[in-house]
Amino acid sequence: MIEESQKAKERRIFEVNPNFKKELSKIPGSEKLMLCFQCGTCTAECPVARFSDSYRPRQIIRMAQLGLKNEVLSSGTIWLCSTCYTCTAYCPQDVELADVVRVLRNMAVKEGYIPQVYRDMISSILASGYAYAIPPSRMRRRETSGLPPLPTGDPKIMSCLADVVGFSKLIKKEVV
Amino acid sequence: MPELTYMLFLGCLIPYRAQGYEVSSRKVLDRLGVNLVEMPEFNCCGFPLDPISHEMMLTLAARDLCLAEKQGLDIVTLCNGCFGTLKKANTMLSEDRELLNKINGYLGEVGLEYKGTSNVKHLIQVLIDDVGLEKIKQNIQRQFDGLKVAEHYGCHVLRPEKIVNFEDPEDPKALRELIEITGAEWVDYVDKLECCGQPMIGVDDKIPLQLSRDKLKHIKDTGAQAMVTICPACHMMYDLYQSKIEGDFNESFGIPVFHYPQLLGLAMGLDPDELGLGENRVKASGILNFKKGS
Repeated sequence: MIEESQKAKERRIFEVNPNFKKELSKIPGSEKLMLCFQCGTCTAECPVARFSDSYRPRQIIRMAQLGLKNEVLSSGTIWLCSTCYTCTAYCPQDVELADVVRVLRNMAVKEGYIPQVYRDMISSILASGYAYAIPPSRMRRRETSGLPPLPTGDPKIMSCLADVVGFSKLIKKEVV
Repeated sequence: MPELTYMLFLGCLIPYRAQGYEVSSRKVLDRLGVNLVEMPEFNCCGFPLDPISHEMMLTLAARDLCLAEKQGLDIVTLCNGCFGTLKKANTMLSEDRELLNKINGYLGEVGLEYKGTSNVKHLIQVLIDDVGLEKIKQNIQRQFDGLKVAEHYGCHVLRPEKIVNFEDPEDPKALRELIEITGAEWVDYVDKLECCGQPMIGVDDKIPLQLSRDKLKHIKDTGAQAMVTICPACHMMYDLYQSKIEGDFNESFGIPVFHYPQLLGLAMGLDPDELGLGENRVKASGILNFKKGS
């Protein structure tokens, strides 16, 4: 009981970064962050919010406006967006919410947060060009179905691009 | 009429899990006089990497666009994710010179330069805008008899409107027209424009299954006997996961889910085997009745 209340207390002490909103306002995709006046249309329309206890697009935007950078980036909540763009379609202020979430995810990655499912797809793309490893049985079935051979990926090109973009270094980051 | 030729961008999920979509698309497009050129080499459109690194997504997408540009062809995709991503890259690179120079700097390392000369089209866009309903109609050999079909667009063929620029995202018509042309009856339902939830699989499986369950339930309530999708990710949610959803929610749906070209192909007189119908988990055999004399 005591332990819980102390944890709750800790949770209330947030580090506020007043420059976070300014930083976001300069990045393509989240430029219009400050236009949000918290009407809540995004959350009302969001299909994920309907079934999630934690995912609320309006709340994410508000936390970003307030400068709760660590809270936003370290919470798993931003990874629950299914990128359906319903929020973006209905926002009366033209805030591109799905893109704001993408910007926040990219920032979280820089801090070392990458969900495992994405790590799996990253390894597969770098190794084969394809996001999923296509099993040999599938390849054989293509032949018997009269389909042409699948175009192959080139791991050398993938790693060359990953290096120049800075992607190879990025995905090695770990949470400190 | 000029010949229609596109570079086929298959994406990752279709060769991995939705061969029936590829088989049926190739068959139907061939019948309609559309030529498909294979890619010389492949990389993922970048969709799964956008949440990780927007620049890496743009670089991978731009590289695919370069491969089409080199052949002087537009791209046709069968997957909404690939469509939305390649289209996004095309739009962003044409609107932002600084970004273009940056991405071209990266591509220069592998001997490529993005020029922005290839368009990206979704399969249904090719069918509606390029082949045209008139030509499709001429190729219909038998019409479905009393088959009620519910549509599912999926997100990235409709939204964000600024990038997709195809149909009215709140009141799209293309799939309805494409369903009705087969003689099937199009049925409306409440959440037809909603997301299948597939991109969340692996992060949180419960929510996408709940979303898909609701859709299957609403479709079942309309009396529809089948559903049509135009994206391998959406198809996976409703077909591959349907029995899991039935088990998890203790409900029974039994709704066959066609990749759209499977439905069209059947009306064009092609055999279920030729259209990869055997690949679909929920079997459609009981509902394939055609009008007499058609």
